[in-house]
Amino acid sequence: MSNKIISAAEYAVETFDLAKSFGSYRALRGVNLQVQQGLALAILGPNGAGKTTLIKLLSGIMRPSKGRIMIDGLDSRENSLEVRERLGLVAHQSYLYSNLSAEENLDFYARMYGVPNRQNRVSDVLKLVGLDMRRHDRFSTFSRGMQQRLSLARALLHEPSLLLLDEPETGLDQQGLDAIWSILKSEGEKRTIIFSSHNFERALSMCDGVVILAHGRIVFQERACNLDMQSLRHKYLEYTQTVTL
Amino acid sequence: MSFFSQVLAVARKDIISELRTREIISSVLVFAILVLVIFNFAFEPDQALLSEIAPGIIWVAFVFSGILALNRTFIPEKEEQCLEGLMICPVDRETIYLGKAIGSLFFLLMVEAIMLLAFALLFNVAVFQLEMIVIVLLTSLGFVVVGTLFSALAVNTRAREMVLPVMFLPIITPVIIAAVKASALVFAGKSWSDIVNWVIMLVAFDVIFIVVSYIVFPYVIEE
Ligand SMILES: Nc1ncnc2c1ncn2[C@@H]1O[C@H](COP(=O)(O)OP(=O)(O)OP(=O)(O)O)[C@@H](O)[C@H]1O
Ligand SMILES: [Mg+2]
Repeated sequence: MSNKIISAAEYAVETFDLAKSFGSYRALRGVNLQVQQGLALAILGPNGAGKTTLIKLLSGIMRPSKGRIMIDGLDSRENSLEVRERLGLVAHQSYLYSNLSAEENLDFYARMYGVPNRQNRVSDVLKLVGLDMRRHDRFSTFSRGMQQRLSLARALLHEPSLLLLDEPETGLDQQGLDAIWSILKSEGEKRTIIFSSHNFERALSMCDGVVILAHGRIVFQERACNLDMQSLRHKYLEYTQTVTL
Repeated sequence: MSFFSQVLAVARKDIISELRTREIISSVLVFAILVLVIFNFAFEPDQALLSEIAPGIIWVAFVFSGILALNRTFIPEKEEQCLEGLMICPVDRETIYLGKAIGSLFFLLMVEAIMLLAFALLFNVAVFQLEMIVIVLLTSLGFVVVGTLFSALAVNTRAREMVLPVMFLPIITPVIIAAVKASALVFAGKSWSDIVNWVIMLVAFDVIFIVVSYIVFPYVIEE
């Protein structure tokens, strides 16, 4: 495994005045985001703030209504294939086929991404997420936590330099959470990670930076080292006017 | 190099999945054979009548079972919520199109082979002639290349299952007419020189459809 997956560009992600409308509803209203290479960034924000929309735009699933996205210094529209090669995405859906086994699913994506030494790499990521014992079982027989782990394996298969995760904690028990976060901790050393979350504690402990999104705008942005739980909660309340537990 | 391996990866995945569940093949096959049996009882054809109506029967069964099969090209990707995963792969849209078309052609040819066998047994008509096989291959090709395009269109439409019968049938009709005419000549014992014009027409339609579908597909699959 190469450790040189981080590119020379200063920023892994840069967005310029990024906007997305659904009909007349403006879900994102001019987001300017800069994420340095190799850092981990948490996106916080209340329901409907636009976190999923932002991640879908970054991953190329959705097209922006306005604005530009640069990934590793490449314009995501002009260099869409190169950009897609650099991205890994864990979304709400697993993007895995229920009738195929874990191994067949990963093998399919490995072929699509042109992963070298396919079989070895598939075995490696299956071990990484602790599913190599279940490699021949159909995806439909997996529990929610196992599905999420296999989804993470799919996203890491091609060694993306940028890993995007949309609320990776949804539906996981404590064990599942620990498994996912310990994988992310080690994988995060090699790449840039952006994830959306409602978990402040995790955001502070995992990340180098925190962004709060509200009503489609970035309302707050700070390095995690300058924040503690109380100040983050305070800022969150101040900027989103929502009570949190 | 990687283009072809990615095309084959898409086709391969669909074929593995289908051979495991046999969802398409079994339902389409039951349907096709039912059509043949019903026609058999409806007409109780003698040999003279049969050679006249056989092409019609075959191609009616073919068209309707083909539509059933093509409806399962992209809709399962959407239902399994895998379409987005496919779309963020670092491949051109054309790669996905070709992979899907090859997978569908595989299913369709499999169903047709069994259907023709059933037809030969039920009606005692010699369908497995070189001429007929060429006609079936050419027609299936045209059917699949356009059908895959419309199947992608159907995914982003509300009345998904309606798109193929309503929009795709009128477009594919010239191909089916050519196929019916050509196979009528084959069953009447005519030689290559008699059917060659229809075969050329099939080839021409295939070429046009392949080129147009290949170009249009990226725009269709984008929402
Ligand atoms: N496909 C869509 N069509 C119409 N409106 C949409 C669509 N997707 C999102 N929206 C709207 O955009 C806004 C932002 O949604 P988004 O899913 O990005 O929020 P979120 O921050 O991820 O929320 P949550 O915490 O609930 O996941 C919401 O008001 C939502 O209703
Ligand atoms: Mg969301």
